[in-house]
Amino acid sequence: MSYFTNIMVISLTAILVENFVLVKFLGICPFLGVSKQTKTAVGMGGAVMFVMTISSAMTWLVQKFLLEPLHLEYLQTIAFILVIAALVQFVEMALEKLSPALYESLGIYLPLITTNCAVLGAAILTQQKGYDFVETVVFGLSAGIGFTLAIVLFSGVRERLETSDIPEALQGFPSALIAAALISLAFFGFQGLKLG
Amino acid sequence: MNKKLSILINGLIRENPSLVLLLGMCPTLAVTTSVNNAIGMGLAATFVLIGSNVVISLLKKCIPDKIRIAAYIVIIAGFVTLVQMLLEAYVPALNKSLGVFIPLIVVNCIILARAESFASKNTVLDSMMDGVGMGLGFTASLILVASVREILGNGSFCGIPLFGEGFQGATIMILPPGGFLTLGIVIAVVGVVRKAISARKAGKEI
Repeated sequence: MSYFTNIMVISLTAILVENFVLVKFLGICPFLGVSKQTKTAVGMGGAVMFVMTISSAMTWLVQKFLLEPLHLEYLQTIAFILVIAALVQFVEMALEKLSPALYESLGIYLPLITTNCAVLGAAILTQQKGYDFVETVVFGLSAGIGFTLAIVLFSGVRERLETSDIPEALQGFPSALIAAALISLAFFGFQGLKLG
Repeated sequence: MNKKLSILINGLIRENPSLVLLLGMCPTLAVTTSVNNAIGMGLAATFVLIGSNVVISLLKKCIPDKIRIAAYIVIIAGFVTLVQMLLEAYVPALNKSLGVFIPLIVVNCIILARAESFASKNTVLDSMMDGVGMGLGFTASLILVASVREILGNGSFCGIPLFGEGFQGATIMILPPGGFLTLGIVIAVVGVVRKAISARKAGKEI
């Protein structure tokens, strides 16, 4: 398998076959929390995609050039969460200066991302899978795309749920979870995809 | 003493973190494929919760207000690393099946939420009780969801087969969609029961 095919396989696997939200259960909080409207869902998806790509790259560098040479692998969890928290702060400040328009639209979602387990999850998973730098960046970006895809699809369903007549006990959260189950079931179809 | 008990029960039932406050959804969905996993995850999170609550309430006067969230995260991450190493050393099989969700306890909203809303304002002993209550509440709800999924999906409980050879499990319950479905229905049932209880209480008062 050529390098390029390998990259494509990693990307498609992260987006569809092992979708972060619907198959791996990472990043459920924002998935359920900010999916009431498609507009906010797109904003959150964009912010996650952006941070996830950079944080995967950053944590890979930290692991390779800081933790491994110093034999501090056991500090991985602490180091990664600090890198992500600092990165989110930094991205927020940089965006405010460089692109106020983008900052306006992503603004409120950025701080929430520090505690998004999908971001830390992606960083740890790339280490477990032993990806090289390019693979890591592609994996981070694709995982972000997968997250965006799931949350935007789900927000479409939820906008419809808002106006439909649901039994009282199921209103709100339970009906959203059941809708998520159905979307997850649809994504399960991708399991049959034979890649590579 | 009574107050301590009420803090404990608060976490277990009244403000159950995953079924009432709806925090920490990721592990609730991901590790509830079997009751054993649920117990392991629940206890690991409980340990971190008690540890971080105690340390944060001890340090509440020393931590500057502006960087408190960062400080909390470092304290929590320290305890998570501890749990990770203990699990790796003593129960490697469990560590493997929980996988990435052990390091992800760091970003579990329950723990940060309790640090911010309880441990940073209350005494050490109260914070410890809150940690125990919330942790056990989390464990109990994990076990509840996992029982439904394991019994329906695998026909077993804690790995012990319940229905004999001929039972065909509904595999879907073990798969990701089953997780969403079970949690949705469990939360709906809990909501109905809570409403019924509070309605009865209100009726008594009148």
